[in-house]
Amino acid sequence: MPRRSQDERDFPVKFQRYGAVAGVAVAAALALSACGSDNNSSSSSTTSAAASGSAASSCPSGTLNAAGSTAQANAISQFTKDYQTKCPGTTVNYNANGSGAGVTSFIQKQVDFAGSDYALSSTQAAQVTSAGRCGSGSAVDIPAVAGAIAVIYNVPGVTTSLNLSAKNLAAIFDGTITTWNDAAIAKDNPGVTLPSTKIQPFYRSDTSGTSYNFSNYLNNLGGFAAANKAWPGKAGQGAKGSSAVAAKVKSTAGGIGYAEYSYATQNNLTFANVSNSAGSFVKLTQANASNFIAKAKIEKTGNDTKLAFDYTYSNASAYPNTLVTYEIACGTGNDSTALPLIKGFLNYVVSDSAQSELTSLGYVPLPSTVQTADTATINSLS
Amino acid sequence: MSSDTPPTVAEPEGQAPKPAPARPALTTKAGLGDRIFGGSARGAAVFILILMAAIAAFLIYQAVNAISEDKVNFLTSFTWDPDGNSTNGVPTFGIAAIAWGTLVTSVIGVLIGAPIAIGVALFITHYAPRSLAAVFGYIIDLLAAVPSVVYGLWGLLVLDPHMGGVSRIIEDVLGWIPLFKTNGTYGSSMFTAGVVLAIMILPIVAAIAREIYKQTPREQIEAAYALGATKWEMIRLAVLPYGRNGVTSAVILGFGRALGETIAVAMVLTTVPGLVTRILQPGGNTIAANIATQFADAFTTGRQALIASGMVLFVLTLLVNYAARLVVRRNTRKAGA
Repeated sequence: MPRRSQDERDFPVKFQRYGAVAGVAVAAALALSACGSDNNSSSSSTTSAAASGSAASSCPSGTLNAAGSTAQANAISQFTKDYQTKCPGTTVNYNANGSGAGVTSFIQKQVDFAGSDYALSSTQAAQVTSAGRCGSGSAVDIPAVAGAIAVIYNVPGVTTSLNLSAKNLAAIFDGTITTWNDAAIAKDNPGVTLPSTKIQPFYRSDTSGTSYNFSNYLNNLGGFAAANKAWPGKAGQGAKGSSAVAAKVKSTAGGIGYAEYSYATQNNLTFANVSNSAGSFVKLTQANASNFIAKAKIEKTGNDTKLAFDYTYSNASAYPNTLVTYEIACGTGNDSTALPLIKGFLNYVVSDSAQSELTSLGYVPLPSTVQTADTATINSLS
Repeated sequence: MSSDTPPTVAEPEGQAPKPAPARPALTTKAGLGDRIFGGSARGAAVFILILMAAIAAFLIYQAVNAISEDKVNFLTSFTWDPDGNSTNGVPTFGIAAIAWGTLVTSVIGVLIGAPIAIGVALFITHYAPRSLAAVFGYIIDLLAAVPSVVYGLWGLLVLDPHMGGVSRIIEDVLGWIPLFKTNGTYGSSMFTAGVVLAIMILPIVAAIAREIYKQTPREQIEAAYALGATKWEMIRLAVLPYGRNGVTSAVILGFGRALGETIAVAMVLTTVPGLVTRILQPGGNTIAANIATQFADAFTTGRQALIASGMVLFVLTLLVNYAARLVVRRNTRKAGA
């Protein structure tokens, strides 16, 4: 064994007396600084200014938490921005993490109201009761943001709006019509040269209100499967999110899909004229969609307000492929500090000043009948 | 090595040897600093273990909850509908289709990516001039820095529209195997997802393989040359066998990453109902992509079912790793010490 040098024997291990202590202190400081900020994960956190829109002249102050639908997200962020210029001291946080997640947080009392693409299902309503979320009462649906569904397609050589009837659309999404120059489609589109390209339908692979409302339309007027937020079609491919559906349609020759109106305009996609109950084809414009939504039946159970579209309405200027999203709040049993905030914000959401902003965002303003019903519901919240 | 009496030091010029200054023995009694530091280190380890156990217990509880409510066989069903959207509220879900998709896309990714990564590693260590090797190393590491969502976007918007040509060629050559047949449509297929995964695991496998090949003993390389080997023969004789274990670990690591890749796959793939048996045709789903897609809108049972599928992915990864290590161990034993 080699002799150890004198240096090796003399040299004791240098012990940084304070080094270890310093290291532990730094680690502790870093760990503690990570705690402390209790800002709940939220997308738009905004502070607001003076008086609210409608009834009450004084603006409640405090923090309002909400979560849910991504379809509403653009609308809600616009609303919070405007609400803030009117109400200082109010902070509105909306976390667009999806309808299911939003309702779950609502039931667990993490948010004051939830945004959802569909009214509460019986399972969800049962959970609200069993969790005692609204005291001894139940939650109510408040239709807040409405829109139109565009049937987008990419047919080589076709730049105009095709007439696609509900029956043909149902057949396309079920895989029984497979090429664009099928006789059924050609019959509705005289004078248009349709190629023999294969039709590739795209649907939403995630559950969505757009799927629900489009399948509802096809079910009522086209003999399709019952309305379902998980797309019930038999053919085609599922993509996640409306932007993916739009991207797939845009990049696939022969592709057809459905998405909210704003996605069609953003991606410069052609969309179809769909048939109404009388069999005539209606062009998709926001005005036409608004005409149709205005005729929806308001189903009120107590304070709960659901919109049932009247697919038998056959006005030539009413575009029947529409959707509506809801805000879900407690009818009774609201937290007393949150209640004025909920009322103030929701009243603003259904007011004229807020709804008129929706047109530029690609949504459709609520008809006045629905606004009145909503205002009555909101003012009765307790 | 401790001694009770300090060694004496020979002093010059006839002076009496002085005992060297007493040095502290190597094992001193633990002071307060020792106790605090040792205690915090042990405490941190115990805390991590408790935390992992708590997380595992919570996840298992949720998963078991969901599986107990499942009305069909969890392991063999092809549908995924835990919230019962299409079955009137009856939870119906199974992982067969998505687990299959996970395995297929990951295997494709590794089959394409691993050889390329090993080739890159060999190039950097043995073929490239020094300066180029360093630059190349940085570039490969850059690939690892790209976020997976960017890979997903690139795959969806750039790669996918061009996969038609390659898929058509493969179908022409291998179309007699049912796996490679299509109905005429291409793109958004498991094959495209596999290619994206291959690019994503490239930097991991290449970096580790590079480090391993760099450590090949110089003697073995020179011995191979001394025997008259060409460069390729030298690599085959000296470098590859030496690096076999390590590179297998690297490939396993890459495979593990491919199994768990979420967003990139979710964006590239489109889903179709049922089991996907055609990898060139559009359609497919993996466990991780399914979680990413369904989580936002899932209600209570839905989330618990997704957690259950996550646990299945975890078990799958463990099994794959274990099987690979078994193969490596058997090979090592066969090859000798």
